[in-house]
Amino acid sequence: MLLEIKDVRKAFGDQVILDGLDLGVAEHEVVALIGASGSGKSTLLRCVNLLTEIDDGTIHLDGEEISDPRIDPDAVRRRIGLVFQSYNLFPHMTVLENITLAPVRVHRRPAKEAEAQARQWLERVGLADKAGSYPDRLSGGQQQRAAIVRALVNSPRLLLLDEVTSALDPELVGEVLTMIRDLKGEGVTMVLATHEMGFAKQVADRVAFLDGGRVLEQGPPEQVLGDPVEARTRQFLARIIEAGRL
Amino acid sequence: MTTHQISTRQRERIAYRRGRAIRSVLLAAASTAAVGTLLAVAITGAPGWERVKESFFDLDTARKYLPQILEGLWLNVKLLVVCATCAMALGLLVAVLRTLRGPVFFPVRALATGYTYSFRGLPLIIVIYLFAFGVPGLRLQGTPDVLVLGAAALVVTYGAYLAEVFRAGIESVHPSQIAAARSLGLTYRQAMRHVVLPQAVRRVAPPLLNDTVALQKDVGLISLAGPIDAIRAAQIGVAQDADFTPYIVAGVLFVLLALPLIAVTDGVTLRAARRQNAGT
Repeated sequence: MLLEIKDVRKAFGDQVILDGLDLGVAEHEVVALIGASGSGKSTLLRCVNLLTEIDDGTIHLDGEEISDPRIDPDAVRRRIGLVFQSYNLFPHMTVLENITLAPVRVHRRPAKEAEAQARQWLERVGLADKAGSYPDRLSGGQQQRAAIVRALVNSPRLLLLDEVTSALDPELVGEVLTMIRDLKGEGVTMVLATHEMGFAKQVADRVAFLDGGRVLEQGPPEQVLGDPVEARTRQFLARIIEAGRL
Repeated sequence: MTTHQISTRQRERIAYRRGRAIRSVLLAAASTAAVGTLLAVAITGAPGWERVKESFFDLDTARKYLPQILEGLWLNVKLLVVCATCAMALGLLVAVLRTLRGPVFFPVRALATGYTYSFRGLPLIIVIYLFAFGVPGLRLQGTPDVLVLGAAALVVTYGAYLAEVFRAGIESVHPSQIAAARSLGLTYRQAMRHVVLPQAVRRVAPPLLNDTVALQKDVGLISLAGPIDAIRAAQIGVAQDADFTPYIVAGVLFVLLALPLIAVTDGVTLRAARRQNAGT
């Protein structure tokens, strides 16, 4: 297992978000996290990236316990990419500067080399002409693609995607999903929190339904989304279908 | 592009709006003229006007002391540049120190907080007296010149104001920006330097420049400590000729000195507002 989450708990004040959650992710696997708003999908991703401290349990990455407080969190984050719902590009930097910041400052790579690689990536995702633009000149879909590239140029072992299409206009969702589908083809290990059930079905090897701070049900997308065992999953999916999202 | 014939209705609207615009301009001109006349009459018609004109607006006296005052003003300009630079550096440093977390930094944080609290409340004049007269009173070896001590008083006082401006800027940067930076593996320091501070400084540029304008005139208070700046030079003239005109000369020069800085501040503020309205 590349990522192993065991009995993780997290509460904010009285509100228990994660309540003994277990989840494993194998290398090259794509796991989709589904569940209602507030079911802990985003919190889980932030915990894995050590942006949020867990209250109990363990998280292992490549067999190393990253929930150990003695570990250097910056070193862990260098191995994990995180893409946010609202892109979080740095508004005072051009797209190219956004992408080369970590390779140059964190991974100490020569600026020229980092820039060449960034340009290659931008070319691939159709943003070559936006390299010198500031984020506010880009559409939401373009910003999100740039944000994904920003995480990918560091060659992370694991890519976490937190509802990356939720802030996008419907007609822009497709371009981002296409990009994620391509990444799966290249064997990038991903955990993605999503509301796009159709997409989860296409791209995920496994779907995990979060409810009450745990993984209530998980399995192949056809089974979890098509023929769920748990009543709670069925209820959740019924609401999604009602909203016309599946 | 298709050619569009303006409709009669639209032509009427344009004519109406133009009429309103002309009316507003005429009204503004009339009201300005009325207020101006009133002020002029009130001042020149005052019983003591002749006396005031002689002792405050005497052209010969102005001409006589202008060179000395200009020479003093050069000192103000130099002081302004040095003090503004040092105060910004100090303010930024203190603001960053106040954001540090962790028990090790408690004394640093406490010191920085205590500094901004006390020096924002302390009148500048008292700080100048303390530095310029109190410090030499200690009779320590190598005590610097009063000019340097006075400048230090300005830097320490304005550093406290600017620290608060910088801190407001730092706090205005959304936490998601720090999360994004940290998620890329940047350390706290790197995130601060490359992500938070550049955005913070840009955002607070207008208030920073505003404080610089305030510093520009407060630099004149250094005359209290003795150095001959524009105000001191004017004061000497006033004492020699028993005529207040030199003060007016110095005042006008200070305003002229401030004009470019104020123009820049307004420009930057306008640009910032426009960028904010453009939205994200």
